Amino acid sequence: MLGTVLLLALRSIRRHVLRSFLTVLGIVIGVAAVVAMVTLGKATTAAVQSQIAALGTNVLQVRPGQGFGRGGGGPRPPEFEMADVEAIRQQVTGVTNVAPQEPRAATAIFNGANWSTTITGTTSAYFAVQPWPLTAGRIFTPAEESAGKAVCILGSTVESNLFRSQPAVGQRMRIGDVSCDVIGTLSRRGQSGFGGDQDDTVLMPIKTVQRRFTGSPDVSSLTVGVDQSYSTEQVQSALTDLLRERRHLSPSQDNNFNIFDTKQISDTLTGTTTLLTRIVAAVAAISLIVGGIGIMNIMLVSVTERTREIGIRLAIGALAGEVLMQFLVEAIVLSCIGGLIGLLLAQVAVAIIAPLMQVPWMFDVEINMIAFGISAMIGVIFGYFPARRAASLNPIDALRHE
Amino acid sequence: MAEAPLISLRGVTKTYGTGATAFQALRGIDLDIAPGMFAAVMGPSGSGKSTLMNILGCLDVPTSGRFLFRGHAVERLNRDQRALMRRKYLGFVFQGFNLLSRTTALENVELPLLYRGDDRALRREAAMNALDQVGLKDWWDHTPAELSGGQQQRVAIARAIVTSPDVLLADEPTGNLDSERSVEIMKLLTDLNRAHGITVLMVTHEPDMAAFAQTVIHVSDGVIGRIEHNHHGAAEPVR
Repeated sequence: MLGTVLLLALRSIRRHVLRSFLTVLGIVIGVAAVVAMVTLGKATTAAVQSQIAALGTNVLQVRPGQGFGRGGGGPRPPEFEMADVEAIRQQVTGVTNVAPQEPRAATAIFNGANWSTTITGTTSAYFAVQPWPLTAGRIFTPAEESAGKAVCILGSTVESNLFRSQPAVGQRMRIGDVSCDVIGTLSRRGQSGFGGDQDDTVLMPIKTVQRRFTGSPDVSSLTVGVDQSYSTEQVQSALTDLLRERRHLSPSQDNNFNIFDTKQISDTLTGTTTLLTRIVAAVAAISLIVGGIGIMNIMLVSVTERTREIGIRLAIGALAGEVLMQFLVEAIVLSCIGGLIGLLLAQVAVAIIAPLMQVPWMFDVEINMIAFGISAMIGVIFGYFPARRAASLNPIDALRHE
Repeated sequence: MAEAPLISLRGVTKTYGTGATAFQALRGIDLDIAPGMFAAVMGPSGSGKSTLMNILGCLDVPTSGRFLFRGHAVERLNRDQRALMRRKYLGFVFQGFNLLSRTTALENVELPLLYRGDDRALRREAAMNALDQVGLKDWWDHTPAELSGGQQQRVAIARAIVTSPDVLLADEPTGNLDSERSVEIMKLLTDLNRAHGITVLMVTHEPDMAAFAQTVIHVSDGVIGRIEHNHHGAAEPVR
């Protein structure tokens, strides 16, 4: 019986192409909107997450001052020192590594070409707390660090601006007044999530920067790597206690440093984009429901319009159940076709919009399956009422219908 | 009549509505239809002839009385059982042709076979045979809009006989046709009745058309008035 009914439904759809198309238009648009919105939302979340992952996951950024920046008035909070780095690494459980950072603006010169950049003094721990592979060369050796040797590792912006296409490693260049050897080059990281070119940098041993550039033992920020098996919250509180003690803060005083948890930012931003995705998807889902109501409307009109046809079918011996099934299957087939067209449309929309939004193209199997399932369900739900009405017609009255 | 009747009605009544608004369309009908009969039911509008045909066509049920079809009581069948009766034993031809629009003659004719669950090859063959019997074999791929009224009614007749029914019920089959086409249709029905032994029951208000039948049953005020027998053997109408 199902084969018969399916054949009847397909014939009926084929005979009324325009009507069928208009019937499913709502479903097409609804499904396309839901799938495109959710896919783009997920792509945005993924993009945000990968940007944050570039900062290093499971790391804490420690800076002097309260919150962002150094604060307005009042005395300048003291910087950190190298002793803090050692103390944190040895005394706070769950800390894998601590990388000090001391940045300074400087001009890099090679072969008569100038490039204004930021040099950052740090240690080899810098590479342990965050993933930033080299494209060539090597990182600092302990000997170079302790001796404060004039060696540097170039970010890709600096490298490409000064060295063009020739290899930088092994060359000697000038940074400010200091002549130094290029020992490595960094892979491209791109823009940071907060703007700014992360590749416009030169890394040097912190001792070299302190001695030759800043002339002070200050360390302006610390990047603390946290063991995966410890929670960053736990480590953060132990770290706070230690730093308060080392910076001689009385219990009544506020922290004069701040700890920035990249995992927290990641969670917050991911939460925000996920929430936005859900809101947009909910709006799109409403259009899907409206599409379903559209199917019901046209099916109901169709039942009235086809009353005579239903009468003929009943008169020649169609069972009420068969008429019901025919209309139901028609509605389901229509909404499934609509769903499929909607899915195709959504992929096209994503392929066009994703590059404009600068998010990666993606195909999310789950949302496609859910949307298709919903469109089939809409066929069942909104097709049932018109189908039941068709099946309950009295053949005598239906045949008399003009 | 020596043969057992195909259809037998005893004291059949039909009342529409209840109480004060009740209307008795049939007031006790006794009628026997022998197999192979060609009968015309005549009567003015409101006489109950349509109600009678609806009951005979298993589209409606009597309020009281007996309805035997091949000796089986069918007056208390439910909706689906009546649908199966129509599917297996009855064929319908209507005044308004009632073909599915935008549907080829062949697909219209094979529709009853679809509901019977016949497979594709069998359907095609039976439908083409039926179209051949009504002389429209070459028109199988035309939709109703591309056919004349007479041709449409022939397709409808093909659809009614494709299942080899026991009874062909025709409700004013010539009502929408000019006299020339009407005579053609009547000849076709006569032919089917004679050559294939299909029992034909036809409602008409035109005496010219009723004259094709062997038996004319006059209905008025919900009862059978008189039954005429034409002895021409349903060959040519007496003009």
